[in-house]
Amino acid sequence: MRRLTQHALFWPAFTLLLLLGACAVFNPSFLRISWHDGHLYGNLIDILNRAAPLIVVSLGMTLVIAVRGLDISVGAVVALSATVAAMLVGGGFDAEGMVASEHPLWVALGAALAVAAACGLWNGLLVVKAGMQPIVATLILMVAGRGIAQLLTGGQIITVYYPPYFVLGNGFLAGLPLALWVAAATWGLLHLLTTRSALGLFIRAIGGNPEAARVAGVRASAISLCVYTFCGLAAGIAGLILSSNVKSADANSAGQLLELDAILAVTLGGTALTGGRFTLAGTILGALIIQTLTSMIYSLGVPTEVNLVVKALLVFAVMLLQSAEFRALVMRVARGGAAQREGAR
Amino acid sequence: MNDAAIVLAARGISRAFPGVQALDGAELTLRVGEVHALMGQNGAGKSTLIKVLTGLYAPDAGRIELSGNPVTPRSPLHAQELGISAVHQESHLLPNLSVAENICAGRYPRRPWSRGGGIDWAETRRRARELLAGLGIDLDVDQLAGGLPAALQQLATVARAVSTDARVLILDEPTSSLDADEVKALFTLIRRLRERGVAILFVTHFLDQVYEICDRMTVLRNGRFVGEYACGKLDARGLVAAMVGRELAETPVVAHAPAADSQAPAVLTAKNLARRGALKPMDLELRAGEVLGLAGLLGSGRTELARLLFALDPRDSGELSADGVAVSLDKPSDALELGLGFCPEDRKQSGIVAELSVRENIVLALQARMGLGKFLDAAAQRELAGKMVSALGIKTASIETPIGQLSGGNQQKAIIARWLATHPRVLILDEPTRGIDIAAKQELMNEILELAAKGTAVLFISAEIGEVVRVSDRILVLRDRAKAGELPGGADEDAVYAMIAGS
Repeated sequence: MRRLTQHALFWPAFTLLLLLGACAVFNPSFLRISWHDGHLYGNLIDILNRAAPLIVVSLGMTLVIAVRGLDISVGAVVALSATVAAMLVGGGFDAEGMVASEHPLWVALGAALAVAAACGLWNGLLVVKAGMQPIVATLILMVAGRGIAQLLTGGQIITVYYPPYFVLGNGFLAGLPLALWVAAATWGLLHLLTTRSALGLFIRAIGGNPEAARVAGVRASAISLCVYTFCGLAAGIAGLILSSNVKSADANSAGQLLELDAILAVTLGGTALTGGRFTLAGTILGALIIQTLTSMIYSLGVPTEVNLVVKALLVFAVMLLQSAEFRALVMRVARGGAAQREGAR
Repeated sequence: MNDAAIVLAARGISRAFPGVQALDGAELTLRVGEVHALMGQNGAGKSTLIKVLTGLYAPDAGRIELSGNPVTPRSPLHAQELGISAVHQESHLLPNLSVAENICAGRYPRRPWSRGGGIDWAETRRRARELLAGLGIDLDVDQLAGGLPAALQQLATVARAVSTDARVLILDEPTSSLDADEVKALFTLIRRLRERGVAILFVTHFLDQVYEICDRMTVLRNGRFVGEYACGKLDARGLVAAMVGRELAETPVVAHAPAADSQAPAVLTAKNLARRGALKPMDLELRAGEVLGLAGLLGSGRTELARLLFALDPRDSGELSADGVAVSLDKPSDALELGLGFCPEDRKQSGIVAELSVRENIVLALQARMGLGKFLDAAAQRELAGKMVSALGIKTASIETPIGQLSGGNQQKAIIARWLATHPRVLILDEPTRGIDIAAKQELMNEILELAAKGTAVLFISAEIGEVVRVSDRILVLRDRAKAGELPGGADEDAVYAMIAGS
């Protein structure tokens, strides 16, 4: 039991189960999963599906945080990638009256991802080569990225009329949402890279002591650059999923505050914001916790105007639950109370 | 000495950590107005005992008495209130505050509410000035602490420590980063405090300093109390024997005949190596199987030369060639690829990655050299780390223990193991023996000689001339960031000193 509670993933997993349990109490059908038209349906599947973009972004963020960085521009990069893809796909009818895209789909997706990766690279260059503080360096793109996206769209919402574009955010593969497969593939790739290559060791060393890593011959700058670039790319993927899901791109609101959710997911998962040791699986649990919270608030029918306050309170409670210091305090108080009752007898 | 004069008595102190019994019934007795040395090898339990006395660790067993009353320090602050102050290895002044602010930090004098309350800065400065004057320290209290040389910071730290009316002052390796003159100034201060009746516990690795300043000493070995001796009654040889636990105080250093006129091929050659403010243009040749010793004072360019060779700092000029072929060496990873290794001087800052395991720390350089593609899998890492741990005798609970939990000497060994694992052709060792005990030093020097015998070119840097003379085939003497001259290995220590001094 003790070994179980000391496992790094115990508290995030426990929190997630607790939240799901609470949902089930309020709504007995919450945990039900059904099978329709060759797809799985249900609240759980819905949570997984909706959490997919956040998972992808948070995984990128985990590595950035592990090398002592931070990227608060991911929300803006989501908007930028969504905008680029939507504008290039566009859509209308060709001469024969068939639905057509303005550019081939692969060009649109490729361009969006390239722009996103370039954003990540830019962040990395500012931090690694220009020596800026990560939060300041990425603040630039956080503001500018959304600005550029709005400039491109002229402030309008771009609607896409080309159905193949909708597959990424709405399609299913083997009964599960395609977006979930994308998130799983991202995790699988990073998991392999960090456990089957030296990348994990290098990232932990850079995060633990950048100077020592450099002296040991680790190419710290190159690795940090790659990590930032990947984080941008991950935000780009999330942007594609989100805009495909709503069949449009809104430069104004796509991915808004996603950076904060991503940082929160990483923290909830058990990766320290100070860098070094990190856990990808924990981050996924963290992202699922956040999405479960959101779904819970909706399914409880909380009025929109108190939505944010309720979410904040729940996040507060979750963070307290995950704090070892707070748990120790509770145990002490509980034990003290018990001892006092004993004494009174 | 009667019991009334005893200020602090620690009896039967024990403390265990996972896998290690750090203290096992340790004893310590401090008397009024004495300087008492706490001696022992790395891992003997000195640091743990100090941490128990200052309330950082609670002992598993044992008791502490202050002037005959049992006490249990709960935190460094509580220990201070009880009258036990400590000054640690690296001085802990806040660099962005003035000397006066530092000295009174946490106990600022307040203005009465009638005058608006708040901190009375004039009084703060006055108190600091008075304290420093009383201790004979000449220091402007309005200066920022960060701008002071290390030695003055150290003195100010000691002043701050005794300003709380400390009856017991613990000095943990206070001299390790000071040069001879600065040590003298610190000792003057220590003597003044002794006259005031403060009991001073002095921890150091420098035996000569112990005999210069201390009245008594307590020796620990493997966490156990070995004995308490008056300094006049136990000579250095006896002391070392007590610390190491064997009669053979001076482990025989591997017989080493300096190769006077080595014909061995040059592995690494530097021409006109220079960097503004660090090193004036200099030529250097490292030959296979040869130990080149670097001697010189602090700031003579020793460390700077090493950092330039390993491309940790960019050089302004200098052509480097390996095996006679010009090479580009612009960043540490280039150096690694050429087969260079570098053990830096400041282990904590640029050596260990404290939160990573001993295993991860050992494989780091080899893995960096192999690159991302070729991965040492878990089994290979464990095998390599295990082999290194037993080969170098690294004391650790397991290879998965975070390296930050190891004692200084064992951390140093692990860093050397990290480079040995890469089978370096050139190994640069910057102060590898700093802060580690005598037995470990000798093991380390034997290790270095063995390495050279296998064909590695070694650049050995040490502030201790005796060590340099003992292991080097050639000795390069630096003065004022330039080459002062070269001496053959086994040269007279005095000759080295003379060359350092420039006379």
